Amino acid sequence: MKNVAENPAIEATRAFFDSRIAVVGLVGLLAVMFVAIFAPWIAPQDPYDLMQLNFMDGKLPPGSRGSNGELFLLGSDDQGRDILSAILYGLRTSLAVGAASAGIAFVLGSVVGLFAAYAGGWVDALVMRIVELQLSLPAILIALVLVAILGQGTDKIIIALVAVQWAYYARTIRAQAIIEKTREYIEAARMLRYSTSRIVLRHLLPNCLPPLIVLVTMQVAAAIALEATLSFLGIGLPLTEPSLGLLISNGYADMLSGRYWLSFYPGLALLFTIVSINLVGDQLRDVLNPKARQQ
Amino acid sequence: MSLIVFIGVFAIGNPIDVLIDPAANQLERDAAIKSLGLDKPMWQQYFTFLGNAAQGDLGDSFVYNEPAIKLILTRLPATLELSIAAMILAVAIGLPLGLIAGLYPGKLIDRTLMSTSILMFSLPTFWVGLLLIMFFAVQLNILPAGGRGDTVNIFGIPFSFLTWDGLTHLALPALNLAMFKMALVMRLVRAGVQEQMSSDYVAFARAKGVSERRIVFRHVLSNIMIPVVTVLGLEFGNLLAFAVVTETIYAWPGMGKLLINSIQVLDRPVVVAYLMVTVVIFMVINLIVDLAYAALDPRARIGGKS
Repeated sequence: MKNVAENPAIEATRAFFDSRIAVVGLVGLLAVMFVAIFAPWIAPQDPYDLMQLNFMDGKLPPGSRGSNGELFLLGSDDQGRDILSAILYGLRTSLAVGAASAGIAFVLGSVVGLFAAYAGGWVDALVMRIVELQLSLPAILIALVLVAILGQGTDKIIIALVAVQWAYYARTIRAQAIIEKTREYIEAARMLRYSTSRIVLRHLLPNCLPPLIVLVTMQVAAAIALEATLSFLGIGLPLTEPSLGLLISNGYADMLSGRYWLSFYPGLALLFTIVSINLVGDQLRDVLNPKARQQ
Repeated sequence: MSLIVFIGVFAIGNPIDVLIDPAANQLERDAAIKSLGLDKPMWQQYFTFLGNAAQGDLGDSFVYNEPAIKLILTRLPATLELSIAAMILAVAIGLPLGLIAGLYPGKLIDRTLMSTSILMFSLPTFWVGLLLIMFFAVQLNILPAGGRGDTVNIFGIPFSFLTWDGLTHLALPALNLAMFKMALVMRLVRAGVQEQMSSDYVAFARAKGVSERRIVFRHVLSNIMIPVVTVLGLEFGNLLAFAVVTETIYAWPGMGKLLINSIQVLDRPVVVAYLMVTVVIFMVINLIVDLAYAALDPRARIGGKS
């Protein structure tokens, strides 16, 4: 039993559950992920299968019943599309794009940051100048310009989000790696004549990861928010794969005529997702940073 | 830098496909391509662009058939007006709230304000914009949902803030844009006040019998203004960029809305001109922040003699 208690992973898990609000965030996040993954099985209808839509059920307010007696819990749009189903499918797209871009940016940023730190000299200086240049410009501006350059489409949005986010990872991991690379175990690995890539990826990387775990959580939330903003502006995801941002944008015109539910509920789902992720990230930072935990 | 943007913007997508009537025949098509200068090889287009740019000409908009830089500059005052109004709101509301939170740390009011600020950080700007419209324009019907309202011309530039109608049009977009910065100002001021209140000079001022009000407003406040001004100055550029979102929601005729429209129709010169103008604004802001810093903190003055 004593060994179990000394395991840092288990200890960190226990510390994580100390905060009630963080547990709420985690449960919320898991719930969001669950409904997003199983959306096709949970959703009352497939909102993008035109066969299932009934124009007679259009513009229903939340809680009303359609012509066949089915319940529209969050109302419907002018084509008789169930908003709840649209939100579940939208969550799927939003989470997938957010996770994919944060994941790619994480891999790309940390590899570049690690090698820059390990190589040092002009490679390091060059990479860090690029990082600084990028971080000095607002993320949304870079994303807008990239979308203007690349054009629209899911893959292009992911590229734009990765391009915005990789610099955060590169900077964070470099700061950590600069300290770690002077440690004895790196020197020992070098004595054993391991290849550079082996030293960097097998030895240096695992020791630089903890601060990145926090960053990756926060950046998933940032990616989801940025993607939603781009989609809202009409230069994000294509119409065939509506994310939450696009749903909100579609409901914009109806809002002025009082049909608030078209925009309101997708926005609520987006807010819930982002807040959940941020709560989890906040607590992770406290748990993984021993200095903050002692206070 | 200009080369990367130029090649990027010009390499992908063919604006002719968007701009020209699909029913046009090949001859009309060729004529249009020629008149826009798109028939020349790319390196030649680039050097033409560079040569003209050096003379302040960033090319003509494909859509409006006017100089792109002129289009951007006529839209710039509207964006600046909105951003400055948002900045004023952020400080006017964020500063007192942060002060209160900082003076009573751990109390109910502090915790309420801090939770609110977390919420303000997480709320997507565009969604809040819609909610504000829904509440104030649709439900209560006291504020307009979009546009600029009546304007007054000063030196030929229209401004909204001088008429009552213009002010009511400005209120919602400015509040929307200010929300995020308000949370930031609150947190900055709170942290600053907490740190300063436990410092030696406050203890000394108290021992001297200076009133608590004078300590807070005269001594503590002037010390926390330095980081606040620095961060706000740098965030002003962010505000300009985020105005893109707010302008789209409220149909505010600024340069952000122009950028979005131009991206959608691949109006390349306008996109390039927007970037150039934004970069210049960023540099000016950095300069102003440096100067403000020197004005606020005597220690930062270079070559200043005591």
